[in-house]
Amino acid sequence: MADGPVADVLLRRLEAADGGLDSAELAAELGVEHQAVVGAVKSLQALGEIIEAELRSTKRWELTAEGEEIAREGSHEARVFRSVPPEGLAQSELMRLPSGKVGFSKAMSNKWIRVDKSAADGPRVFRVVDSMEDDVQRRLQLVRGGQAEKLAEKERSELRKRKLLTEVTLKTYWVSKGSAFSTSVSKQEAELSPEMISSGSWRDRPFKPYNFSAHGVLPDSGHLHPLLKVRTQFRQIFLEMGFTEMPTDNFIESSFWNFDALFQPQQHPARDQHDTFFLQDPAEALQLPMDYVHRVKRTHSQGGYGSQGYKYTWKLDEARKNLLRTHTTAASARALYRLARKKPFTPIKYFSIDRVFRNETLDATHLAEFHQIEGVVADHGLTLGHLMGVLREFFTKLGITQLRFKPAYNPYTEPSMEVFSYHQGLKKWVEVGNSGLFRPEMLLPMGLPENVSVIAWGLSLERQREPPVPRP
Amino acid sequence: MPTVSVKRDLLFKALGRTYTDEEFDELCFEFGLELDEITSEKEIISKEQGDKKAEGASDVVLYKIDVPANRYDLLCLEGLVRGLQVFKERIKAPLYKRVMPNGEIQKLIITEETAKIRPYAVAAVLRNIKFTKDRYDSFIELQEKLHQNICRKRALVAIGAHDLDSLSGPFTFTAKRPSDIKFKPLSKTKEYTACELMNIYKTDNHLKHYLHIIENKPLYPVIYDSNGVILSMPPIINGNHSKITLNTRNVFIECTGTDFTKAKIVLDIIVTMFSEYCENQFTVEAAEVVFPNGKSYTFPELAYRKEMVRADLINKKVGIRETPENLAKLLTRMCLKSEVIGDGNQIEIEIPPTRADIIHACDIVEDAAIAYGYNNIQMTLPKTYTIANQFPLNKLTELLRHDMAAAGFTEALTFALCSQEDIADKLGVDISATKAVHISNPKTAEFQVARTTLLPGLLKTIAANRKMPLPLKLFEISDIVVKDSSRGPAFFPGRCAEVFARGQSIGKLGVLHPDVITKFELTMPCSSLEINIEPFL
Repeated sequence: MADGPVADVLLRRLEAADGGLDSAELAAELGVEHQAVVGAVKSLQALGEIIEAELRSTKRWELTAEGEEIAREGSHEARVFRSVPPEGLAQSELMRLPSGKVGFSKAMSNKWIRVDKSAADGPRVFRVVDSMEDDVQRRLQLVRGGQAEKLAEKERSELRKRKLLTEVTLKTYWVSKGSAFSTSVSKQEAELSPEMISSGSWRDRPFKPYNFSAHGVLPDSGHLHPLLKVRTQFRQIFLEMGFTEMPTDNFIESSFWNFDALFQPQQHPARDQHDTFFLQDPAEALQLPMDYVHRVKRTHSQGGYGSQGYKYTWKLDEARKNLLRTHTTAASARALYRLARKKPFTPIKYFSIDRVFRNETLDATHLAEFHQIEGVVADHGLTLGHLMGVLREFFTKLGITQLRFKPAYNPYTEPSMEVFSYHQGLKKWVEVGNSGLFRPEMLLPMGLPENVSVIAWGLSLERQREPPVPRP
Repeated sequence: MPTVSVKRDLLFKALGRTYTDEEFDELCFEFGLELDEITSEKEIISKEQGDKKAEGASDVVLYKIDVPANRYDLLCLEGLVRGLQVFKERIKAPLYKRVMPNGEIQKLIITEETAKIRPYAVAAVLRNIKFTKDRYDSFIELQEKLHQNICRKRALVAIGAHDLDSLSGPFTFTAKRPSDIKFKPLSKTKEYTACELMNIYKTDNHLKHYLHIIENKPLYPVIYDSNGVILSMPPIINGNHSKITLNTRNVFIECTGTDFTKAKIVLDIIVTMFSEYCENQFTVEAAEVVFPNGKSYTFPELAYRKEMVRADLINKKVGIRETPENLAKLLTRMCLKSEVIGDGNQIEIEIPPTRADIIHACDIVEDAAIAYGYNNIQMTLPKTYTIANQFPLNKLTELLRHDMAAAGFTEALTFALCSQEDIADKLGVDISATKAVHISNPKTAEFQVARTTLLPGLLKTIAANRKMPLPLKLFEISDIVVKDSSRGPAFFPGRCAEVFARGQSIGKLGVLHPDVITKFELTMPCSSLEINIEPFL
């Protein structure tokens, strides 16, 4: 554009001009759209100090469409006046004329016409004066001719109130010579072209500087979901640590596996309607391993395996209730039960990352569905120290190295620990996970050997603020 | 986690020293508590009702402390202080004793009418107690916390505390027709029948939550003294006659409910906590409860149980190497008085009535670890050698995801729960034909069913992103929930196909029927493919 005809003319006019020129005036002179001049100004500005352009705001009065019509045809009240013959006109007929309704009251208040209500065949309109001056039309024509300043302020605002005039703000540029002014401006290239390469003409051409504030063009591509990318990274971390993935392809679970097998008592608040999604249909789990169920029942109600138990009446119906799993620890329980039935015992490391459900009212920080990450290690002689060691390696792979452990409570782990890490941004310790050793009341009824300990930990996928950063 | 609100200065006075907020936060962290919030009554009201309403309210500093859900002995200032003082070895854990009264023992007789509604009761007496305003408030607050927590909102156990001097035993715990129960309840000025009270309390923000426990029963539980004075109508409200005041010297406590074990625990907690203020500190006067079958029990149980744990078991589970003597010292700091016995390797632990949470040796192991300090334990790695395997379905999913994205599709992650319309009407299918799983008590219509197809989730995602430039190409690989196989969505006639792989039908593809498109509030033509990837495993 800087090399276009408009820009060319502008530069030459500027050379001859005294001081500067106005963009709107130039546009009018050249007979082009003001925008074309503005475009030329802008592209010349981009070249450096060729020109100086000052943005100015001018206000102008213009006629509205209706104003144009009146300037041409006369005001409604004048037209009404003109349509009343010497012998008068029935008001009903007058009102039917095009300008009738609008012009009638104005013509009345101007005292150009009067109404005789006592006329024989209905109210009749008569002229009061013989002739009148259509001031409105005259004033509008003045404005149309560019002489709005000849009108008084009051007259202009009255016309504006009648929606015949509007005040228009015109943004124009006052263009003057810049420090590097020249009438010859060479075209700047945007891109290197094959032709320039083969001809070598690239050596003599100036190239436009990059505009780093422009948005680029996004490449066409597909995308992976950001949360699932984090999931992939956690899967990778677990696999690197030798953990085998557990099956978790069941959103639906029975209360037995979700709670009872985990030694969570049937009166526990988490088993409330408020917190858990129970199913209406199918309401009950029909297939449960009954001899295991009986061992679990006994442990809850009477104790055993070194435990006092909870000493309450355990109900099978309660355990059969189907629900949307509240944690993937239910899947871990199933996996440990399967492991216990394999003899001899082999140590394992298991993990899972999958969806869990909570019957919550949704808000900015609470979802009804989210993802839980869980890790489990079962072996002889595992200690709390081992759990902390595993957690340290796990979190180090996430770039989290400062850890602190705090005593906590879970119905199915004892000892239990909350894991905290120091958040540099928030400058405080924040909880990053929950962990513990599964209780013997959970493991022994499954049939796991007595000296086998199972350490486990969990965290939520959604809580991760940044994607895991690998250790350099 | 239950939260206990205590006045900071009262707390420090009882602890015998002051702490900075950071120091106290640290102490809580060590012990397994959490200093959740530092506030004041004024701040609380200000936050909930605005500054104007808060004018004149107390700005005494309150510590809100989160306490583990199974530690009923830490639910009041008295218990917290005792626990922390023993932990810091500033005091020895008190020995709680049940004593027989000088005169006649207080009796609570249970009649058989209670059997169907609230069969269990326990009782005890706090003799010569001295209340101050703070102690009184704490006493009321503890009952409320226990009600909310172990008592499961009074359904399992309800607590009643009465001024014994205003009553005359023996007491009778029975059940009567609501119209036959008439008394002046707490905070009211005249007598009402039980029916009237149930009505009145329907609009009481606190009590309305408990009415359902007895509302529809033919008989309501009620406790009388020998003069026919009503002590309480559990679990709803106590009588005004026996209400406790700052001048009360002798307290009769009754706990009624449907869980005997919990009733006993609750009674033990209340009396151990507040017997601190009895003239004969930490002694509780016995009461006798007679059951319909004639069997008599003396309460409170205040049982001390002994457990034997091998020192090396504790060391092995925690991953430390302490001497048995040191371990015994650590446990004693947790209110589990211990001593080394026998061959020098056994530790005998005395579990007090305040620690109903100790039900297995692992609970003892945890307390030893807490006293040792979790952050003092050396971190080690298990020698467990394992080869990792991916779950085949997830492995296949990961491979497919990447190829779908490479083909230019954008991955979506949508909810598994949706409305019935989403999987039926909007797809031109009848809900019964979908064989969907239905949720009972969903909070909104968006959680009525579990999705039987991934399509509605994707279509809703598109509808929510109408302003994005076309084309919109989405995909999702995830679980659906079906009772068994069901019909697919309506497709545009002649523009759909069934997909077969290895001779088996695995799904459908096609252009969606315009009805489906408009029902999801979309306007552009839409094609979809949905297949089951399990056959490829």
